[in-house]
Amino acid sequence: MLSNLTLLLLCQLAGEVLARLLGLPLPGPVVGMALLFGGLVARRRMPVGLEETAHGLLRHLALLFVPAGVGVTLYLPLIADEWLPISFSLLASTAATIAVTAAVMRALAPRRSSDG
Amino acid sequence: MKQDFQAIWVYLATTPLLGLTVTLIAYQVGTWIHERLGRNPLLNPVLFAVVAIVLTLKLTGTAYGTYFDGAQFVHFLLGPATVALAVPLYRQLSVLRRSWASIIAAVVAGSLTAAVTAVGFAWALGASRETLMSLAPKSVTTPIAMGIAEQIGGLPSLTAVLVILTGILGAAFGTWILDRIRVGSPAARGLALGVASHGIGTARALQESEVTGAFSGLAMGLNGLATALLLPLLVALLS
Repeated sequence: MLSNLTLLLLCQLAGEVLARLLGLPLPGPVVGMALLFGGLVARRRMPVGLEETAHGLLRHLALLFVPAGVGVTLYLPLIADEWLPISFSLLASTAATIAVTAAVMRALAPRRSSDG
Repeated sequence: MKQDFQAIWVYLATTPLLGLTVTLIAYQVGTWIHERLGRNPLLNPVLFAVVAIVLTLKLTGTAYGTYFDGAQFVHFLLGPATVALAVPLYRQLSVLRRSWASIIAAVVAGSLTAAVTAVGFAWALGASRETLMSLAPKSVTTPIAMGIAEQIGGLPSLTAVLVILTGILGAAFGTWILDRIRVGSPAARGLALGVASHGIGTARALQESEVTGAFSGLAMGLNGLATALLLPLLVALLS
């Protein structure tokens, strides 16, 4: 548990350092995710207990959004001013994204009888 | 007695304990209501917790900064949680090897559609530049979206709110849209939900089937990478 948490933090730390050193257009934790993914692929197996640690963090992923979400309190006037472009954009763009992604995958995916 | 309470309040208001506890309580109450009312996607626990805490802050006259002094301990975990997304991604390695080309094409098409339509519609309706840059990464999972927003000149905490709203919308209406355009394949349905509405869409996809959920989780991670790579370049090219 402790060693896996250390591994996640080390990947994040390495990610932050790499992103800054190389001037990558990526947030440090994302580089850390890529490093861990690359490490797992190279090693071909999961370190003992890493699944559980990752599961524990990701099971309550939604909770981790709350403090940042409460930051909306700082932007209430801005949102009140621009509620129409914001709400229309969110609705229309989310619908378009779902339709385009599904259509491209349906057109390109190797067909299998179980796909229905 | 009243003085005692006041002294206790003054003390508690300066420790991180209160912000942290309020965050956990609000989220757990939100989860409880969500489960009691048949997991209705519109009653998202995050949405509930955010509204409840904002109201509490307003009623007690507490500044966001004071609240965040405590809540930052929860917020910090977004970093390691993002790194941990590599684990479910690795679990889908065999699927990734089999149809990686079509998956990447679908995710890139979805990533570009999300950013271009979000910015395009809001721009046409007169949104400010800060709002546009905060909207651009709205389909990406929060920790990545906030990093991207910071980089392209948006407001990270506004982005966090827009990301959460996008997730709730996608989870609520996504499967309905997929039914209308007659997409039946679990792979395509999962990818669409994950690209458009990240973790909240993935939770919805898992309710359909395990395969749909796995593809959605995969799409969430890949879309984070694709958008983090493409969006700053797109913004640099256009401005």
